[in-house]
Amino acid sequence: MVLVFTTVALADIKLGAIFSITGPASYLGLPEKQTLEMLVEELNKKNGINGEKIDLIIYDDKGEDAEARKKFLRLVQNDKVIAVIGPSRTGTSLAIKELAQEMGIPLISVAASKTIVYPVQKYIFKTPQSDEQAVEKIYDYLKKNGKKKIAIITSQDGFGDTGRNALIAEAKNYELEVVADERFKDTDKDMTSQLSKIAAKKPDAVICWGVGPAPAVIAKNYKQLNMNIPLFMSHGVASKKFIELAGAAADGIYLPAGRLVVVDKLPDSDKYKPILMAYKKSFEAKFNSHVSPFGGYAYDAFHLFKMAVEKAGKDKAKIADALQNVKGFVGVTGVFNMSKDDHNGLGKESFMMIRIKNGEWEIAE
Amino acid sequence: MQFLYSGITSGSIYALVAIGFNIIYNTTGLINFAQGEFVVLGGMLMYTTLTMFGLNIFSAFLITFILMFLVGILFERVFLRYVRLKTEINLITVTIALAIILRGIAMMIWGRDSLAVPSYVEEKTVLLVGGSITSQSLVVIVVCFFTAIVLSTFFKYTKYGKAFRACHDDQVASTICGIDVNLIRMLSFAIASFLGALAGAIVAPITFVTYTDGVMSGLKGFSAAILGGLGSFWGGLFGGFLLGVIEGFFAFILPSGFKDAFAFIILLLILFVKPSGLFGKKKAVRV
Repeated sequence: MVLVFTTVALADIKLGAIFSITGPASYLGLPEKQTLEMLVEELNKKNGINGEKIDLIIYDDKGEDAEARKKFLRLVQNDKVIAVIGPSRTGTSLAIKELAQEMGIPLISVAASKTIVYPVQKYIFKTPQSDEQAVEKIYDYLKKNGKKKIAIITSQDGFGDTGRNALIAEAKNYELEVVADERFKDTDKDMTSQLSKIAAKKPDAVICWGVGPAPAVIAKNYKQLNMNIPLFMSHGVASKKFIELAGAAADGIYLPAGRLVVVDKLPDSDKYKPILMAYKKSFEAKFNSHVSPFGGYAYDAFHLFKMAVEKAGKDKAKIADALQNVKGFVGVTGVFNMSKDDHNGLGKESFMMIRIKNGEWEIAE
Repeated sequence: MQFLYSGITSGSIYALVAIGFNIIYNTTGLINFAQGEFVVLGGMLMYTTLTMFGLNIFSAFLITFILMFLVGILFERVFLRYVRLKTEINLITVTIALAIILRGIAMMIWGRDSLAVPSYVEEKTVLLVGGSITSQSLVVIVVCFFTAIVLSTFFKYTKYGKAFRACHDDQVASTICGIDVNLIRMLSFAIASFLGALAGAIVAPITFVTYTDGVMSGLKGFSAAILGGLGSFWGGLFGGFLLGVIEGFFAFILPSGFKDAFAFIILLLILFVKPSGLFGKKKAVRV
């Protein structure tokens, strides 16, 4: 069990957090924990919220559902926190959201799935974009460029399934025709069978939805078959690791991604640039490692919490109401406009279309 | 036609793993479920020597092979030799346990991310009738045939090869004839581990290498070995290609989500009709 306390003497506002700091999802949990600790430290130096300091209690759920439930109960019953940020994964978030709702504890999840905040429950919120918004972003781009026929190739796992459902469901709204619907396994070594089947249908664009090494294999096979159709991928490959694996084959691929990956290339007029640069600079100076979008989710979650407490004080129900009324907050991930029907508050403009060129991210819109 | 080339590419990987299974089966009668992990370790060691230490290709291969040869020896010497009751089922269970241990070690040393090994030959696409194949896949296919030729010649025609096979047939009789059964068992694991490393090293530039890869390549390689008939190198080779091509074919004509299911249904059908595999010999057991 890993127990992390940020020691603040005689603190008044108790904030809990659960992240996957160790285990398979540690790449999510670690930057989230670091970001949150950094922000609380900075804020406490500046006299906290309304003059009261924040006592931050972070627990590790190791990415496991049962562990998340245990840690959540401890935060509520022993530590008496007034709100919880996290958990890092969709599964762990779903595992505790009913508890949070029943016990009346505001929960700001940093996991992506839409199912966390739909149907809307009074106390449950989340900060990352949903897969639907990534799909809408791609479809917007395709429509603007006059594409009509699309082919999709999705992985046979949770991420691929959600993506596939969203891709098929949204296609009608954008007057796109799905001419091929192929699947692949994460362990597949060669995807040229599926791709040559797609090529025969002559689509205007191909969209691949997966994470890990398989999309890189697809990118390589795509080049091997000399397919000159634009290739789109999901936000799941928006990491340097993907470019490293796919090598030269990554060139020319389009994908939706948060602004953080292209922050250096944003024009100075961009309204997100100041906040992104500030976060990037302070994170990279403190931890000497690259800033990641996952830390950004925790950044936004903390600022939402801070705004709500500034307005509503320490009453849990009032905090939840204040969160629901947040409008126009410019965060690292996007602009949050919460409402009683939307406890995420982000729109598709929280993604940007990115293109890979010479192993670097480029803004494509 | 592309499904054929796609099938041959994945099939050659299955075939190399199947051949590794066959070596150990041919001498000990065991199924070594850590064969897939040998493949992963081979790929990981190539990554370490080539990318991390920046050695040239020749020394990278050499170091990888020597290390994996030693891993094979340790594997047999330390773990299998000290199993008290050496029934086949006990020893096979030990190989499963070792597979899990090796996977854990690989994860601790190399992490969870996939690693990319640079290509050994210039990356080129070779255009063929109705499709294409990469230069890297051709390397794998050539190595695959070469290994099958070398191994089947060794086992059939050389004195040592015959000793290996004698151990499989009857260990007591082999000992009486002056064959050092312990040494042969150890060598068979060392050769299998070496072959796993060879497979891992040459496929890593195509498929990348992730610590969990051993599960699936082990399973597919095992299926290929069964399909071709356990113990036969040409059977393993053919079984691998057949499994790959069937997968590619079903991915092409059916919704690709079903391709693995259909590949295994075909495998079952063949086993219903010919339980000893396509190239397997019926073994006469005298009572």
